[in-house]
Amino acid sequence: MKSRGWTRPWFSSLRTFGTKHDACPLRLLSLRVNFRPVIRLENVTKTYPRASRPSMEGATATIEKGEFVFFIGPTGAGKSTIIKLLLREETPTSGRVIVNGRDVANMHSWKVPAFRRSLGCVFQDFRLLPNRTAAENVAFALEVIGKSRTVARRVVPEVLELVGLGGKENRYPHQLSGGEQQRVAIARAFVNRPLILLADEPTGNLDPDTSIEIMRLLDRINRTGTTIVMVTHDSNIVNQMRRRVIEIDSGRIVRDQPRGVYG
Amino acid sequence: MRAKYVLSEVFLGLWRNVTMTIAMIITMAVSLSMLGASLLLYWKVQDMQDYFYTRVEMSIFLKSDVTPDQKAQLADALNHDSRIQSAPYESQDVAYKRFREQFKDAKDLVDSVKPESLPASFRVKLKDPNQYAAVQNDYKSKAGVDSIVNQQKTLDKIFSILGGIQNLALVVAIVQGLAALLLVANTIQVAAYSRRREVGIMKLVGASNWFIQLPFVLEAVFAGLIGAVIAFVVLIVTKAFLLDGPLSGIFTSNFIPPIGWQDILLTLPLLLAVAAVISAATGWVTLRFRLRT
Repeated sequence: MKSRGWTRPWFSSLRTFGTKHDACPLRLLSLRVNFRPVIRLENVTKTYPRASRPSMEGATATIEKGEFVFFIGPTGAGKSTIIKLLLREETPTSGRVIVNGRDVANMHSWKVPAFRRSLGCVFQDFRLLPNRTAAENVAFALEVIGKSRTVARRVVPEVLELVGLGGKENRYPHQLSGGEQQRVAIARAFVNRPLILLADEPTGNLDPDTSIEIMRLLDRINRTGTTIVMVTHDSNIVNQMRRRVIEIDSGRIVRDQPRGVYG
Repeated sequence: MRAKYVLSEVFLGLWRNVTMTIAMIITMAVSLSMLGASLLLYWKVQDMQDYFYTRVEMSIFLKSDVTPDQKAQLADALNHDSRIQSAPYESQDVAYKRFREQFKDAKDLVDSVKPESLPASFRVKLKDPNQYAAVQNDYKSKAGVDSIVNQQKTLDKIFSILGGIQNLALVVAIVQGLAALLLVANTIQVAAYSRRREVGIMKLVGASNWFIQLPFVLEAVFAGLIGAVIAFVVLIVTKAFLLDGPLSGIFTSNFIPPIGWQDILLTLPLLLAVAAVISAATGWVTLRFRLRT
């Protein structure tokens, strides 16, 4: 019953998209027509306890379904606070954070787990379980939210194939390169088909070539309609991707450009 | 699969932290066997109190120069007192016979006492043993009455000693229980720390709180239940090798009723329940503070 959604071959639609760089203006147009904000920050201020100044101050932004957004800015500018607020690891001091129509700050804590199932998350340090293989790491994310092992057995190889790790399912994290480990992490974040993929400096530990490959993968995932919010200070990547850029400095949004560069 | 996952996590957790687990089980077992012992003692003391207090007698000793008239008056008053069940008269001769019987091992004592030196008495049995003070008051100033002695006072002393032993066992149980509680809390924190990666990922991907917490709580409950079973075995061993062995003399005197197997068996469900509830509650409270989102 719970696993019914998995019977759809959701990955096939993903594969029909080209892996070449985005050149289809129609896709952007369709997004504009299908106006549906999945993330809304309304005058969000976050001051951590005992902090001298707020990490985020009066931030207002709207992110629509299917967008690919970079949050950029110097270290300590408050970029990671965005991710924490969206994951509800933190609640804003004032203002509202609305994700997929739900006010995250006023959410009951017992509703948080169900809410997080609609999000996927990737980090700079991969956060894989070292004593589990690539496939087991991905399956873990399914099993702990109650999916049966049968479902995991079917879906995990597919998603690992999708991220380009076909044939390496049984390798342990220490047997994989950094880029491959990040692919496992992306597979784990995406296996549950989240509405939004949050990426906190996903290329921070990777060399430039591997970073580009990871970005290609994120781009492909974005083309399935998954909204991607990526926090980074990698100017190369931002300049190459030419996606929406929101720049944060000292907790304030100082720039919001539809097809921006690092600047 | 969920049950399998949770169970394998429980045993893995207990095994990974095996010294702490053993410490937890031992403390739990000591605490629970003390609790069981004090429980058994409590039941026994209740039984004994019911038994002895209903049989308590007071003796109204008569003066040596009591006149037959005074004696008859007293007997009449006692027989018409609604609070008194029976009041047979015990003459000096009867008292002497009883005395000789009771102290037959101490020949010198028996020889030194003559029938005249023992007072005659009324052996009064009350309907309600709690009224002894009132009855005593009414009769102590009557003509011919020398003194009134009540067995209840002796019983009170004995039971206060037994109550003291029971309280001591209870205090030990509580102190040990507190230690067990802290060990449970500590073990769970260590377990949560050693699995912090898994817990972090589980929270991230949206595993429900009970799913994250259940293995830890079950770990504590499991250790607690083993402790309860060990405590139960300790009680059985105590009964079989101590109470039925070297200490069996206490019971043959017929003063303390022996502790039956059914009493011991009755402690098992109680110990299991106490162990499970306490470890689960401690575990849950610890996790509230440890694994908050």
